[in-house]
Amino acid sequence: MSGATGPQGVDGAALGGRLRERDLSAAPPALNLLESTAPADREQAAALLREVSPAALGGEAPGHVIGITGPPGAGKSTLLSALLKRWRADGSTVAMLAVDPSSRHSGGSLLGDRARVEFDPSDHEVFIRSTSAGERLGGLAWATRAAAHALAAAFDVVVIETVGVGQAETEVADVADTVAVVVQPGSGDVLQFLKSGIMEIPDVLVVTKADLGQLAVRTRRDVSAALRSLGSRDTRVLAVSSLSPPQGIDELVAALGEHRERSSIGERRLRARRANALADYAHEHGERGLRALGGRRAAEQLLERQEPTLDTAALVAALELGAKGAG
Amino acid sequence: MSGDHSARLPEPDRPWMMRTYAGHSTAKASNELYRRNLAKGQTGLSVAFDLPTQTGYDPDDELARGEVGKVGVPISHRGDMAALMDGIPLGEMNTSMTINATAAWLLSLYIVAAEDQGVAQEQLQGTTQNDIIKEFLARGTYAFPPAASMRLIADMIAYTVEHVPKWNPINICSYHLQEAGATPVQEIAYSMSNAIAVLDAARERVQAAHADDEAAAQELMEQVFGRISFFVNAGVRFIEEHAKLRAMATLWEELGRERYGVQSERHLRFRYGVQVNSLGLTEAQPENNVQRIVLEALAVTLGRDARARAIQLPAWNEALGLPRPWDQQWSLRIQQVLAYETDVLEYPDIFEGSIVMDGLVSELLQGARAEMAVVAEHGGAVEAVAYMKAALVDSHRERIRRIEAGEQVVVGQNRFTETEDSPLTSDAEGGILVVDPAVEAEQIDEVRAWRASRDQAAVDAALAGLAEAAAAPEQTTNLMDATIAAARAGATTGEWSRTLREVFGSYRAPTGVGEAAAAPADDELSELREEVARLQERLGRRPKILVGKPGLDGHSNGAEQIAVRARDSGMDVVYEGIRLTPAQIAASALQEGVHVIGLSILSGSHRELIPAVIGALREAGVDAPVVVGGIIPEQDVDDLRRAGVAAVYTPKDFDITRIMRDIVELVGAGYAGAGAAVANAPVAVAGNGSANGAA
Repeated sequence: MSGATGPQGVDGAALGGRLRERDLSAAPPALNLLESTAPADREQAAALLREVSPAALGGEAPGHVIGITGPPGAGKSTLLSALLKRWRADGSTVAMLAVDPSSRHSGGSLLGDRARVEFDPSDHEVFIRSTSAGERLGGLAWATRAAAHALAAAFDVVVIETVGVGQAETEVADVADTVAVVVQPGSGDVLQFLKSGIMEIPDVLVVTKADLGQLAVRTRRDVSAALRSLGSRDTRVLAVSSLSPPQGIDELVAALGEHRERSSIGERRLRARRANALADYAHEHGERGLRALGGRRAAEQLLERQEPTLDTAALVAALELGAKGAG
Repeated sequence: MSGDHSARLPEPDRPWMMRTYAGHSTAKASNELYRRNLAKGQTGLSVAFDLPTQTGYDPDDELARGEVGKVGVPISHRGDMAALMDGIPLGEMNTSMTINATAAWLLSLYIVAAEDQGVAQEQLQGTTQNDIIKEFLARGTYAFPPAASMRLIADMIAYTVEHVPKWNPINICSYHLQEAGATPVQEIAYSMSNAIAVLDAARERVQAAHADDEAAAQELMEQVFGRISFFVNAGVRFIEEHAKLRAMATLWEELGRERYGVQSERHLRFRYGVQVNSLGLTEAQPENNVQRIVLEALAVTLGRDARARAIQLPAWNEALGLPRPWDQQWSLRIQQVLAYETDVLEYPDIFEGSIVMDGLVSELLQGARAEMAVVAEHGGAVEAVAYMKAALVDSHRERIRRIEAGEQVVVGQNRFTETEDSPLTSDAEGGILVVDPAVEAEQIDEVRAWRASRDQAAVDAALAGLAEAAAAPEQTTNLMDATIAAARAGATTGEWSRTLREVFGSYRAPTGVGEAAAAPADDELSELREEVARLQERLGRRPKILVGKPGLDGHSNGAEQIAVRARDSGMDVVYEGIRLTPAQIAASALQEGVHVIGLSILSGSHRELIPAVIGALREAGVDAPVVVGGIIPEQDVDDLRRAGVAAVYTPKDFDITRIMRDIVELVGAGYAGAGAAVANAPVAVAGNGSANGAA
């Protein structure tokens, strides 16, 4: 099947092309398409993603994908409002994906965070989308990952905001170039998570509410000590206050930028694409599918042999082909 | 026990203060209304301000659109306040102002208006509502973040105790908690916790001011405690409601003695004013509201030991729209019959020694103490706002469920619904007050003329002084002085608020919907979930709804219940909260890719705001259908539909699951043609007749 035949009747390749040309108005329909589970829409979504794949772009997507995660009440929304203002002042275009947990009973979800990030409705270079955590267990929804990749072709900054500590930043690390964990002063949980290894070590650790004074200073010191004892020298620990006058926002923006400069984005994204492809494949075909490839390790090796510019969908296809060949 | 008590008082008690919550259109029109009400035997004033004044915007602000002069009177500067009080001797009047975030400002304008009349501030009597925590919880007319708001309140208390000694600087409100769905236990516990937060903040201030003189600090604290009054609600279960007030009196005295060391009996007395319940007033057979109001008035007058100091009664038609002067007169007459015709004021406390009443009171006390402990564990009322808000949303959901299921009878609404046509609502305007839409334009011109005519240098200097005072450490600088100076210089409500917002930052209160527990799935809801799942198959995506409140109206209880039920039906819900401009709604709807938009308005601004929102949506290229809920007079429904609204829901549509089913159908109808380019579907679904199905 080809052409505009899905429930949404949109041409995925054309949308992908618009994103590649950095036409920001393509973002809403692109997200509508990527979120669709209708088979015909999924074909169009694949066409969209092909248009923004490294192969089509001639390299990695230019946008900086930043994961921001932390427990509820840590001050993420206020921080994001301040960051948004700062990025816009620099002339960067910004997309934000806010991921909220779904209700387990009904499948429905309340996407509350949007109201809490201040934005200028007349500013067409900002795009904010809330999305429910969705179906895939143990990872971000397929649509969220796909959206982050696609939006990185068009926007300078793509933020993925998730709620929680422990699982959340592991998930967001699968897709983000830079992961920032946000904690508020006095939150012992994060220290425990760090020390016990439940939480992966983030690239940047942000202590909010620096206006609380001593408590914030102590938290910052404790977190730094914990990170040192774990042997992490690369994680920047920053204290910010979003109360006016804001403190530390400029430093945070600089730290996020620096992380991007000094880390190898290409390698990280390639690793993420492979991990995501394997997860998607396992989700689709289960343990039996993995056995057909000769186990998880063999599947990983198969992925490592593929062209680095293939997107996740193409990598999944390669796994499926491999399983057929082996069977 | 009380064997020496006579069955009668030697002299009947003096009646309580009688007020009517009133104000609309302009200061001049409201002044005429006040004078007429006083001539009818009303004994105090209760000023209703419009939403821009309550939230700190001038009439020409974008957010004020459609709201000017609607739910109250617009007061932008000292000239407006002088016109509002023209010919009313402020040295003798007792004025209650329903004002919170901007209370310091409106009190300052009142003080300046009194100066103009030659009345010193020491003589002024009245009350500013000034209870910001319940604005975060229930009413939504906050302007500044919690800490800055609490500072303003503490400043006002400190200032009035010294300079306006007969003024009640704050009315701790349990009223709005009940409107938001609070049970009697929650109402008692949250309002008492709220009082503790205010008193603790005041005590800090008092102790800082008298660090070297403990006795003076204690003396001042006694006075502060004595100036705190309450504003309560009374529902139709009037016996339990009376018990609630007795329980509050007990807790208040206990709190005074134990936490604040108050000893004077006079200062320990629980003083309250009341507006009886509006939540229980129905749009269906609205005449029944009269007897509801009468019974609720009994709850606050029957027992002498817990009798209201001041009463204002809502009008029978509040669920229909804004009441007219005649409707309000009817409610004043209810009070007068109760006070002057019945024998209610002739006896000592008639419940003294009642085992039943004492039992009810102790039951409520036990529940309230337990809930107060939970709030204290959260770190007090300010820290526990999110917790309390979620608990209220939950209680409200349970209340609605009971009404939907018929477990709680509402006569004329879910039982005994057969009715004759009402002659009360048969006039052209449907028995309500319609504010002249020209008022807004007049007020915009007026405030611009005011700004052009004043001494701008003096205003600039006063506002600079205000900004400086706000940035100074709170223990050293009371904001009231700078606020009164700005009022005197001719600054406007919007300028005062903007100056403080720039220093304090702005704030959005928690919505409580994210934490609300899922509804137990009855058959109807399960069926609906299946329908939503089928629709999801067809759409390819989970149906997504945007719920929000355009304009300044902060009464979000209804919108929150819609949001929670939509989630429980299996939809993705983007809950945008309150105070949204049409541009914000359009931007969100576009970016979020929603299938339907639900708007809620209770302030009467729907005629202006809804078409503006639809215009903004269509301009942004969003074709999703729009449904509207709120207090929408019958005669406005057709106009809204012509403006492109697909369905209108009013208080008589109490079955929320049924509304959800309509919405699911509406979305489904818009996507009827399988495979068609539905992203551009016309809004022709507007006429599909599923709206108002409950009529």
